[in-house]
Amino acid sequence: MKKILTLILALIFSFMMIGSGLAAETIKIGFNIPLTGEIPKVGESSKFAAEMLKADINGQGGLQVGDKKYELEFVYEDNESKAESAVAVAQKLIDRNKVLAIIGPNSSKQAVPAGEICDLNETVMVSPWSTNPDTTLDRPFVFRAAFLDPFQGPVAVDFAMAQFKAKTAAVLYALANDYSKGLAEIFKADFEKKNGSGSVLAFESYGDKDQDFSAQLTKIIAAKPDFIFLPNNYNEVALTVKQAHDLGWKGPFMGSDAWGSAELMNLCGDDCIGHFFSTHYAAAGAQGETKKFIDRYNAKYGYIPDDVAALTWDATRLVLQAIQESGKLSGKLRKDRKTVREAMANIKSFAGITGSMKLDSQGDPIKCAVVVRINEKGEFVFTKSVCP
Amino acid sequence: MFDTLLQNILNALQWGSFYSLIALGYTLVYGVLRLINFAHGDIVMVGAYIAFFISSLLLGQYGMPAFLPGWAVLALTIPLTMALTSVVGVTLERIAYRPLRRKGANRLYVVITALMAGLILENGNLLVLGASRKKFPELIEKVVYKFGSTYVTNLKIGVILTAILSFIGLHFIITRTKVGMAMRAISYDKFAVPLMGIPIDTVIVFTFVLGSSMAGLAGILFALSYPILDPYMGMSIGWKAFIAAVVGGIGDIRGAFAGGFILGIIEISVVAVFPSSYRDLIAFSILLLILTIRPTGLFGVAQTTKI
Repeated sequence: MKKILTLILALIFSFMMIGSGLAAETIKIGFNIPLTGEIPKVGESSKFAAEMLKADINGQGGLQVGDKKYELEFVYEDNESKAESAVAVAQKLIDRNKVLAIIGPNSSKQAVPAGEICDLNETVMVSPWSTNPDTTLDRPFVFRAAFLDPFQGPVAVDFAMAQFKAKTAAVLYALANDYSKGLAEIFKADFEKKNGSGSVLAFESYGDKDQDFSAQLTKIIAAKPDFIFLPNNYNEVALTVKQAHDLGWKGPFMGSDAWGSAELMNLCGDDCIGHFFSTHYAAAGAQGETKKFIDRYNAKYGYIPDDVAALTWDATRLVLQAIQESGKLSGKLRKDRKTVREAMANIKSFAGITGSMKLDSQGDPIKCAVVVRINEKGEFVFTKSVCP
Repeated sequence: MFDTLLQNILNALQWGSFYSLIALGYTLVYGVLRLINFAHGDIVMVGAYIAFFISSLLLGQYGMPAFLPGWAVLALTIPLTMALTSVVGVTLERIAYRPLRRKGANRLYVVITALMAGLILENGNLLVLGASRKKFPELIEKVVYKFGSTYVTNLKIGVILTAILSFIGLHFIITRTKVGMAMRAISYDKFAVPLMGIPIDTVIVFTFVLGSSMAGLAGILFALSYPILDPYMGMSIGWKAFIAAVVGGIGDIRGAFAGGFILGIIEISVVAVFPSSYRDLIAFSILLLILTIRPTGLFGVAQTTKI
């Protein structure tokens, strides 16, 4: 009996806490990010960048919307890098945590299904890192801060043709990953359009959790392509590149934005030096606001922020700007979510640290991509910028 | 064409060696206890992590002065890892399987316990060490040998030789020593053996020591060959190695050895001939076919159950 009484008291108390929290006027933003699973570093970068932004704004007394100041509250939920968990997390953030808007998921594998949930529930979702077109396609409530694969694929093709004088290519991609498969197919179509059909000499894949790629690589190396395109996550890239070198491959690799994690060089080491990949921003040699962000992040967390960190920063600021531009929050969640969505769609231009961007009618930004080279110190050095 | 073939044979031998080493652990425990130790794949993962910490310690990562060259670190890491991994395996037997066996629980419950033990190892690791991956240090200088257009590293040769040597060693223990004879006797008749004065628990512990040290060995070699460690690394290879053990005839170490290489060869050759997206589909269809023709596996013998 006594226990039950204590429990009830505790419950009442916690409700009062929540009540008092509401009285101080907060804005809740949910983060649907991978803190464990395949790509934990991506989730960590997102969280760190968001924490830094939150500290900035709350330090100034909160976010100014109309004539009121709101304190920011960020809810971080782990989607375990799994599609089904990302869906559950999106639902939970919308129903239970009652967030105003959601940032994430990051990879397309989770962002495509989670986008469906957010759109159905009329809640704004901004994916920082997802590049697959399906994420935002015909979903008025879903936006993103990254460029798209149909843009990134040709960037990689053109760069490789110019840099390596490539006439032939080979591709190794992850079959169970929407991002990797989608980008591999776009790359193949574009490369063959420019170099004649059959110029992609080998188009191989591997399954979930595979660690040995020797058979696929033997096939690829035997075909003697001018370079190998690897649109894969950084952890798999590290294994692939090492194994290819063991099998006698001495040619170049071309990668995609999923390479650009801060952890790539820890895992890959010397094997990755000298290769190129397309990405969202180049940390080495950045200027202005971007440099300020990089320096502060580095000082606080002890490593150079990767593109996910920068994109999360931009995505979150994009949402906050929309909230500010909506002028006033009514306090009614469903109505406010729609107001924020209208404000998002009306954003004319946005100066992000990953470059300035405009949102098109699908909710996709029109922005530039950069190609970086991994130098001897393991830094990602700006090589070329490609704008649409 | 010939070069590619030779290269693929080497690839298949290396990949098959891992399956074989892991399948040996499954089959040892099954042969003696009739227990499918589903935690075995995760014990391999634990072995890889133990190897990681020992070698990092010896290389001076945690404040210890580094006084040994890489090869000496490796030479120390192998026995230490095998010993510590067998401690983990034996502990698992002590706290998870033995109490159930004492209570005479149905084998089904023990198998479920094994599955849970595996999940506990995975998630325990995730909790303690976090989700970010560990990079295994390069202990020996990698040398790439070139024959024509076939490439092989010293590591690859080492892995294949180790698998073969450990099979020969195990085979010797089981067929030529007293404790091996006791292991075979328990698998023959669990109830009559204690009556002959054979300490059944000691023999079972010895079996777990053997099986887990094989897992530890597989863990080190795996970490050396694929130097990125994560808590779920043992899951998929563990399951596949179990299938290899069944195809070879579970309970017979010759079967596990052959089954591992067969699975490795099938997987690699499917990729070499067909598009790689069909790999698992075709590979496991072939294994299904083998099991349909020989349900007891290649070396297995049909057993009659007395009620």
